[in-house]
Amino acid sequence: MIKVEWLYWLVGLVFVVMAVQMAADRTNPKRWTSAAFWGLLGLTFPYGTGVATVEPGTAAWRLPAEPLGVAVLALIVLAGFNFLGKGVPVTTTAEQREASAVRLGSKIFIPALTIPFVAIVCASVLDESGLFETGKATLLGLGLGCVVALVVGMLVTGEKKVSVPLHSGRSMLEAMGSALLLPQLLAVLGSIFALAGVGTQVGEIVNTLLPENSKYLAVIAYCLGMFLFTVIVGNAFAAFPVMTAAIGWPVLIEQMHGNIPAVLAIGMLAGFCGTLCTPMAANFNIVPATLLELKDQYGPIKAQIPTALALLVCCTVIMAFFAF
Amino acid sequence: MIVLLGVVVVILGFVTRRNPALVVGVAGIVTGLLGKMDPLEVLAAFGRSFADSRSVTVFAIVLPVIGLLERYGLREQARRLIGRLGKLSAGRFLTVYLLVRQITAAFGLNNIGGPAQTVRPLVAPMAEAAAERKLNTSLTGRMREKVRSYAASSDTVGLFFGEDCFIAIGSILLITGFVNSTYGQEIEPTELALWAVPLAACAFVIHGARLLLLDRQLEREMALASAEHDLPLPKGADK
Repeated sequence: MIKVEWLYWLVGLVFVVMAVQMAADRTNPKRWTSAAFWGLLGLTFPYGTGVATVEPGTAAWRLPAEPLGVAVLALIVLAGFNFLGKGVPVTTTAEQREASAVRLGSKIFIPALTIPFVAIVCASVLDESGLFETGKATLLGLGLGCVVALVVGMLVTGEKKVSVPLHSGRSMLEAMGSALLLPQLLAVLGSIFALAGVGTQVGEIVNTLLPENSKYLAVIAYCLGMFLFTVIVGNAFAAFPVMTAAIGWPVLIEQMHGNIPAVLAIGMLAGFCGTLCTPMAANFNIVPATLLELKDQYGPIKAQIPTALALLVCCTVIMAFFAF
Repeated sequence: MIVLLGVVVVILGFVTRRNPALVVGVAGIVTGLLGKMDPLEVLAAFGRSFADSRSVTVFAIVLPVIGLLERYGLREQARRLIGRLGKLSAGRFLTVYLLVRQITAAFGLNNIGGPAQTVRPLVAPMAEAAAERKLNTSLTGRMREKVRSYAASSDTVGLFFGEDCFIAIGSILLITGFVNSTYGQEIEPTELALWAVPLAACAFVIHGARLLLLDRQLEREMALASAEHDLPLPKGADK
């Protein structure tokens, strides 16, 4: 059975190899600290195997979590005080790329489409086969897809050196910098919020503000609450238990007898509207801006806000008129 | 109540555009300590949740493949291809992509798209090429930013308002898991997924309409830009 931890080790290995390339790159003015950042990040992946929460009874080897916490803070310091630099990208000129596009034609798409194709096959056909760790077929499919696509890509382009894709990938890594790690850091913040009881506090505040026996106000409070709380924490999943325990369940369902699936499903989608508007949801909003090399890192958010607000209104209206 | 100061740190940090990594670090430490955790517990919380959320960084493994293909002209070929396709404008192209993303996500295929997998290598260059073909000129820097931002938005909106129609997706499982264990209910994922369908339709209509309006906006901006360009220079001005 293929385990998801193996994929994490592979990802860690890729980071470490790229860190070594960075350390050797004299065109990067901050090569040592850049290499330290990505190398350390790479090492947290296998170390995390011994720290991550596992199903009871399946624990293989356990490691203390505190050293990993220190490593995370070190990563934050390196990223936060501007210790990450870029080298001159090892790549082709615009003319060479144009010529190569003419030479290869649409064959160049085959490796790019291999990634989703393999991911689909793994998530659908092979999911039940027992080949993959339960519930991890999609993620493992993505990893496997990348490995297969790399082989296909080298065959299609005729590239023989494995160091070439690694160098190209490293340049993209350097261009993205710490934005690449932000989603994971925000997930960490979300769970620290939960541990410290931020959610319970928000629930209490909402309850004191809400007048009793007003269906429309309660619907608005739930949808708007999901939206705003998601904007703050960057994740509708973190907002959902908080707002549902505060308003969704006690008021809308127990007191007003709302249709349970309708209230909950639409409430979650109101949270998704919030995700579209917040830099806290870095993986959806900031990472694309960095990947697309935008000057304005809030560009995608600005494109999404009007849609998100209109959809928030839709959520509220549909819940108010069809869930009771 | 005092733990909410951590939330205040986050808001202030993002509003004043401090380095996001630093904001997260400071907010995490502040919240942990105010929530009566001792420093070692805060460290352990950082470590454990970092290990638990490694899956969100796995997408980095796409970079070598995409880097290799871009080196060999992937983006250029994407542009050439769309240049040959019929009357597709940037807005129409992105609307089609939005629909495809929604439908595939509704069947649980949410990993086939994404900023690294599809938007950077394929969707954004294709949309740019479509806009350039339509306007018959190259885009200004600002317009290029706009087209790219909308390309990213059609991917994200399509994913969010497609995936919930699928029963085995994280958010649906979170709802059933939370409600069934906390309130002793027996809600079926299919009942929840059903209610996501009308909102998926709303999302397509609203965002699709805005994508189509993008074409007009680009035309207007182009007219404005060329008008500025044609403005007669003041006398004696050096070119």
